[in-house]
Amino acid sequence: MDRAAIIGVGMTKIEKSKVRDTFADMAWEAVNKALADAGMTIDDIDNVVTTSSDFWDGRTISCMAVGDASGAAHKNVTCVEGDGTYGAFYGMTRSLSGSYKTTLVTGHSKGSQSISSLITNSAFDPIYERSLGMDMVTACAMQARSYMHRTKTTPEQMALVSVKNHGNAMKNPLAQLPMNITVNDVLKSEMIADPLHKLDCSPVSDGCAAVIIAHESVATKFKQKPVWIKGVSFCADSFFFGDRDLSRVKSLTEAAKKAYAMAGIKDPKKEIDVAEIYDAFSYQELMWLEEMGLADDATAGKLLEKGDFNIEGRLPVNASGGLLSGHPVIAAGLYSMAAVVKQIRGDAGGFQVKKAKTGLVQGLNGLGGQSHCVWILDQEK
Amino acid sequence: MSDQFQGIAPMVYQSKINVPYSWWAGDTATRFFVALRDEKKITATKCGTCGKVFLPPRKACPLCFTANVEWVNVSDEGTVLTFSVARRQLAAIPHDRKIPVIWGLIKLDGADTAILHYLDEVKPEDVIIGMRVKAVFSETRKGTIRDISHFKPVK
Repeated sequence: MDRAAIIGVGMTKIEKSKVRDTFADMAWEAVNKALADAGMTIDDIDNVVTTSSDFWDGRTISCMAVGDASGAAHKNVTCVEGDGTYGAFYGMTRSLSGSYKTTLVTGHSKGSQSISSLITNSAFDPIYERSLGMDMVTACAMQARSYMHRTKTTPEQMALVSVKNHGNAMKNPLAQLPMNITVNDVLKSEMIADPLHKLDCSPVSDGCAAVIIAHESVATKFKQKPVWIKGVSFCADSFFFGDRDLSRVKSLTEAAKKAYAMAGIKDPKKEIDVAEIYDAFSYQELMWLEEMGLADDATAGKLLEKGDFNIEGRLPVNASGGLLSGHPVIAAGLYSMAAVVKQIRGDAGGFQVKKAKTGLVQGLNGLGGQSHCVWILDQEK
Repeated sequence: MSDQFQGIAPMVYQSKINVPYSWWAGDTATRFFVALRDEKKITATKCGTCGKVFLPPRKACPLCFTANVEWVNVSDEGTVLTFSVARRQLAAIPHDRKIPVIWGLIKLDGADTAILHYLDEVKPEDVIIGMRVKAVFSETRKGTIRDISHFKPVK
């Protein structure tokens, strides 16, 4: 199979409210930063994939609203609804298709402009579930309780994820919530939906991220060091909430297995050097690590306490501060992807980890991670 | 942002997206809600291939991709698989529900999948995974999921 690489990344700072930026303003900034990072001009871009969500954006065909600012005029531009990692997946397939060599992928979100509880309530089935009034937080609280019950993970261990990630964010100038906090601070923060305290939850955020994906034939033509896509897969679980075993994430295990196989990874615990994963809630980091085989079942909390997932640890996880430190919903996976790209290039600055040859990125979509997208990126082709 | 806007509050356009919408429930959901409304019966579909009983009912088995399904009755009693307690009056919570609101994922006896609903007549701190609960039907039933008022602990 032909190969593809990520040859440029650009991101706005993640903020609580970018009241002075429209969606297009944010896209303009992220796209120009990605082009500068790659050493490209907009004329070097063959096609554009934008990622957004109509409900979050308060309009239909939300992707098109950022097309102009993304330099898509007279180009083939298409849209993906969901997390940015899914937009990147489509972008990669376009770069590999033979029709295009370079694809610009963007993802944008402004959580500040709506009411997240009402937006995420709309993800539930309108006939059987929606009128009960659950939302992302209360859905994930169910998943957290289910996971804790099965694995005996403690509230203190979950809180420690928040402490670690907010602490890491102190070294990331793009993060929204760099904070020096303690486990006790998390446990004493407002209980929003048991067992999730306010500091177990990611904040409402605004931001836009862009990545440029190139076919191998042009991946070294521009100034930036290419970061190679070695494996990628996504997999979805059942639609109805009650069809899933909420204490497990079969779709993630499956996606990770396929991505590892494609990348030739036999022992992910040893071969993955750095990971950015979807920590919308504290428990998710631990749960996703176990389901991807990066920690043995029911051990991630203990490994976290040992320091395994710290920046200096065995497997640094969310060294950028993760999504607990800033969560522009649709753009989130592209931020994670850009963070791993920077690690592999040695450009991560204050949150650079020692060894970063092979990195893992995870994006997700849906209530409590209904579908998952796993990427293996590498320094070497 | 250019300098001319320095010190001036940004303009924010206040609006809303609020579009009336009617979902055709489909013949499967219609049959389910009629049985709930008129007979206080909870019905589900059983796959003729894998034998699994799905609730909410499905026209086709989501696992076997076959329309070979039959209707069965399931119990109004079941087990709490997991639950959630809202302590903040989140915007999605209906106006007739005040915090703390408890939702359970409930597997009714005879079903292989679980449904979401309220847990009530119980304190949040007394709810546990594995708890046995029973449906309480609403007095006025209109053919919606809220024809079940909530689930309460089985004494």
